[in-house]
Amino acid sequence: MKIVALVKQTFDSEAKVVLGGGKISRQGISLIMNPYDEYAVEEALKLKEKHGGEVTVVTVGPDEATEAVRQALAMGADQSILVNPGTEDIDEYTTATILAKAVSGLEYDLIIGGFRAIDDGSAQVAGRVAEILNLPVVNMVTKLEVDGGKAVATSDIEGGSAVMEVPLPVVITAQKGLNEPRYPSMKGIMQAKKKPLKKIGLGDLGLDASQVAAKVKVLNYSLPPARAAGKIIPGEPAEAAAALAKALREEAKII
Amino acid sequence: MNFKLTEEQELLRKTVRDFAENEIGPKAAEMDEKEDYDWSLWDKMAEMGLTGIVFPEKYGGAEMDYISYALATEELARVDASSSVVIAAHTSLCSWPIYAFGNEEQKQRFLVPLAEGKKLGALGLTEPSAGSDAGAVKLSAVPDGNDYILNGTKAFITNGGKGDIYVIIVSTDKAKKHRGTAAFVVEKDTPGFTFGKKEHKLGIRASYTYELVFENCRVPKENMLGSDGEGFKIAMAILDGGRISIAAQAVGIAQGAYEQALAYSKIREQFGRPISANQGIQWMLADMHTRIEAARLLTLHSAYLRDAGQPHTEESAMAKLYAAECSMWVTVKAVQIFGGYGYSREYPVERMMRDAKITEIYEGTSEVQRIVIANSILR
Repeated sequence: MKIVALVKQTFDSEAKVVLGGGKISRQGISLIMNPYDEYAVEEALKLKEKHGGEVTVVTVGPDEATEAVRQALAMGADQSILVNPGTEDIDEYTTATILAKAVSGLEYDLIIGGFRAIDDGSAQVAGRVAEILNLPVVNMVTKLEVDGGKAVATSDIEGGSAVMEVPLPVVITAQKGLNEPRYPSMKGIMQAKKKPLKKIGLGDLGLDASQVAAKVKVLNYSLPPARAAGKIIPGEPAEAAAALAKALREEAKII
Repeated sequence: MNFKLTEEQELLRKTVRDFAENEIGPKAAEMDEKEDYDWSLWDKMAEMGLTGIVFPEKYGGAEMDYISYALATEELARVDASSSVVIAAHTSLCSWPIYAFGNEEQKQRFLVPLAEGKKLGALGLTEPSAGSDAGAVKLSAVPDGNDYILNGTKAFITNGGKGDIYVIIVSTDKAKKHRGTAAFVVEKDTPGFTFGKKEHKLGIRASYTYELVFENCRVPKENMLGSDGEGFKIAMAILDGGRISIAAQAVGIAQGAYEQALAYSKIREQFGRPISANQGIQWMLADMHTRIEAARLLTLHSAYLRDAGQPHTEESAMAKLYAAECSMWVTVKAVQIFGGYGYSREYPVERMMRDAKITEIYEGTSEVQRIVIANSILR
């Protein structure tokens, strides 16, 4: 079984976001593999362990994104491709167009990625890749079984879940709960450096910058207002509860 | 000169940090309180290959360098010193001498299961009356046909009780003193080999420390590492490498306490502002950070020398001495910054302060490290 895992390098979830010069500052920020993509890589590895085959990791990002790719290789993926778009001004259209082009040159039975990235949270890229490649997509999957040319996926939907059956090849997006990603083993870390990591640019895919130019332009970024200090309402329980209810209704206006 | 870690070393550090924070961190306080180790953590560390970091793949290891081993030890100790000593004693004190001095058959029999984490290792060197004076071991091994008969006691043995494989330093000829010593591999459940009392300690309370008792314990000659007369030499070689892991452990404990104190100083308010706004606290934090960095560089430098195959007895003694004293100093300051809360078991810094003390004592006290360093510069 040939599986392609789509990963993105993101800011650490504990990173403190700072704005500078109209952009999000990358200074002093530690970078990680998008946690939802970790679920995707783990699921790809589990499928490989069950059915045999190979896992190829594909990412779009700057050269430093090799760290995220190496982590996937250390977890057990077989090979990887990093496409450097040569610019930071990219949107979901750019990323999905590049990914689809890179993936179209590979053999695949299943493509899997996180349902969203924790940085921009747009949840668009995997769906767009499916659209470009004319493949079915099942989003926010919490359980996946693949057998006999089809996949049965349990998908989060509003207020519950749906079990869906789709023919392969298919694009799956991973939701929290799908699995518990493994830690790379020490041997895996040592083997990762011997595994293929192909770094390419747009030209290597037969694309030029105008074909992938972002369609969405960010006008400005702003940080959320600082959270106000909590308020403690003193007094006897009954009086305090009444005062709390009043404050929730009149000040916070949430009841 | 290049101070940059390789991509693999960076990934290893991040992996062990995540593992320690997620899997060990939530259990550290309770394990300390109960004076018991959660051995399910051992199984997880074995699965990740933390039980054989520095050994060749053909012996079940990950074939990483000593810098990687030091980084992993530091990251474990940053969260839980007990976990780091379980790994350090297993790796440096038991598996390593079998790797360095064992024959091929001994490596297959003992090193492979140790490196794979299927067996836990320990070293029996210290005795009730022979600690720093390693040549004075009394535990006797008397030849009898193809076997040796062991009699005597070992004290303060890390991983004792739980360990499966023990390297035991013995005396084969008391008249020859340290030249009359040898090293044996003894397996748990060998008749005549039992465990005495469990030590109740100030720190690293989750790690097991036992007395080992040998009463007419028959061990085959084929279990001897190297040859008769080499026990002291093997013990000294073990300590050269062991010091690097204890230095790394000390750095890790200090780093953990420093990070706790730094974070706390920013949220703890007195007189209407965070205590980190006070220069008295700022200077403490600056000194803590600086000393830790110096200790880390000494430690990584001695690991680098070992990886390069260069002599490092002096450097690893300096790293261990400085890192241990740094760790004690930093953890005391961390408790001070936390004030009353630091003295309470509600916060982890008092545990770290108790844990730090042992790094000034085991695998050569700070005084012994100074002797080693002085001998090196005055010879």
